[in-house]
Amino acid sequence: MTDLAATDPLPKPKRDIAPILLPIALALLMIPLIGSTSSWLTLTAASLAMGMMIFIMASGLTLVFGLMDVLNFGHGAFIAVGAYVATLVLAPFAASIQADSLWMNLAVLAPAALLSMAVSGALGLVVERVLILPVYGQHLKQILMTTGGLIVAEQTLYALWGPQIIPMPLPASLRGSFILGEVAIAKYRVLAMLIGLAIFIAIQLVLNRSKLGLLIRAGVENREMVEALGYRIRRLFLGVFMTGSALAGLGGVMWALYREQVHASMSDELTVLIFVVVIIGGLGSIGGCFIGAILVAMVANYGGFLVPKLALVSNILLMVAILMWRPRGLYAVTSR
Amino acid sequence: MTDLLTLSGVHTHIGRYHILQGIDLAVPQGQVTMLLGRNGAGKTTTLRTIMGLWQASSGEISLAGQRIESRATPDIARLGVGYVPESMAVFSDLTVKENLILAARDAALDDKQLEWIFGFFPALRRFWLSRAGSLSGGQKQMLSIARAIIEPRKLLLIDEPTKGLAPAIVMALIECLREIKRKGATILLVEQNFFAARELGDNVLVMDNGTIVHRGEMAALAADVPLQERLLGLSLEAHQ
Repeated sequence: MTDLAATDPLPKPKRDIAPILLPIALALLMIPLIGSTSSWLTLTAASLAMGMMIFIMASGLTLVFGLMDVLNFGHGAFIAVGAYVATLVLAPFAASIQADSLWMNLAVLAPAALLSMAVSGALGLVVERVLILPVYGQHLKQILMTTGGLIVAEQTLYALWGPQIIPMPLPASLRGSFILGEVAIAKYRVLAMLIGLAIFIAIQLVLNRSKLGLLIRAGVENREMVEALGYRIRRLFLGVFMTGSALAGLGGVMWALYREQVHASMSDELTVLIFVVVIIGGLGSIGGCFIGAILVAMVANYGGFLVPKLALVSNILLMVAILMWRPRGLYAVTSR
Repeated sequence: MTDLLTLSGVHTHIGRYHILQGIDLAVPQGQVTMLLGRNGAGKTTTLRTIMGLWQASSGEISLAGQRIESRATPDIARLGVGYVPESMAVFSDLTVKENLILAARDAALDDKQLEWIFGFFPALRRFWLSRAGSLSGGQKQMLSIARAIIEPRKLLLIDEPTKGLAPAIVMALIECLREIKRKGATILLVEQNFFAARELGDNVLVMDNGTIVHRGEMAALAADVPLQERLLGLSLEAHQ
């Protein structure tokens, strides 16, 4: 116990940089294993782009987990709905998408993405009020309700759009690659990296430089005390849930463009990845989620290149390794 | 002396456990009312029920004439109730400054009030920009109390503030609470440290098995050793 009159200053808060070094170390370790520098650079760029897209989809979920203690197994529905809404906007403007003008492409793509976010966010409002609100604090019921919600959402998409895969071609100006010597980096991957980075910085600014962010961070740690200070945390929950849903919608659009196709169960392949990212990052930690997403993408890309048979289990192995190192994730925020 | 807070026939259930079994109590305005009792008597549950953190299953709770038993915790806090939980519950990821910014709610931090708080708890000035999680237990308790008094509150609910603290810090806390009392604050204070209870308390309520089994003046209880032993199972002197 430190005495009141003690003059020794507290140790400065240690910056925990080990998790940050992890993806860097992994990338460097892969150089000799992959052998070719150009292949390594291409795989690394692909990992970063994929990681950013997963981060966008997972960031909302980690805050929902951390702040609200809600197990939302239906998060994937927002991803799929976001992608489908984008197809509605893009279909009538196919000519603008295929025009060889970046501005014309963006003039259609940006409103499509924004509308997808708005619809996914609004769906988040409905889901929180109808499915989540009655089962706050009841994990088993949350799993049942949100899994049921996901099934209903998927089947509704099948009913409305049919079972066929809907093509979603990349805009003409985002096709092709930037060539740097022998290295080709797809233009769309660069855009995905920039958007993911921008969203990460924006979330960090909100969390660290605003009172709203203070409330979210405090709520992640102890929501009861936030209420005892006079804040209606339920409204904050709703805002975070809607924002997380909207980000999932944006992630859905980006993933659909990445795959150049949309289908109702597209979130199935992503849901496991997203949950792995949220768990290894530490529930409620945006920084952990960011690093976790990059790690998951790296393991998928490097692993797929080096040992394709391991691809199916590589992320589970990653999660086991991380949790053995840090049982509450890379950056533990909550005590849960 | 008017009563700022009254509880009348309050019952609280937590799951299938019936914790508060018909609490009747009154906290007079401008006084420190001690809530004593053995572990498990229901003291913390009483504070949490007043704060709305656990819902009273029946009974009435009034604050300055307004019924609050069915209000949400944030509404009760905004009526001017400050709460210092036993666990301190500082936000460890936030700095000392950020903890106090949140506690001040809509208002900006008042420099005069801050200086007053720093007078009791100089460590908070020194560690103003440090993460609360890196503070010692005593410093966290100071921050927890500072958070409750950074803005004027009608009523302070404080749960075992001296628990586990070094004697020097206990003395600083007692001095702080005494000063808060001098400024006219109304406090309902749960305390196991009988020295602190005797120093601070005007009135005393003793709980056992979810009911109030004794009410009176703190000085009278402090002077009556047989009564202390009967109510609390030990004398105050034994715990000084």
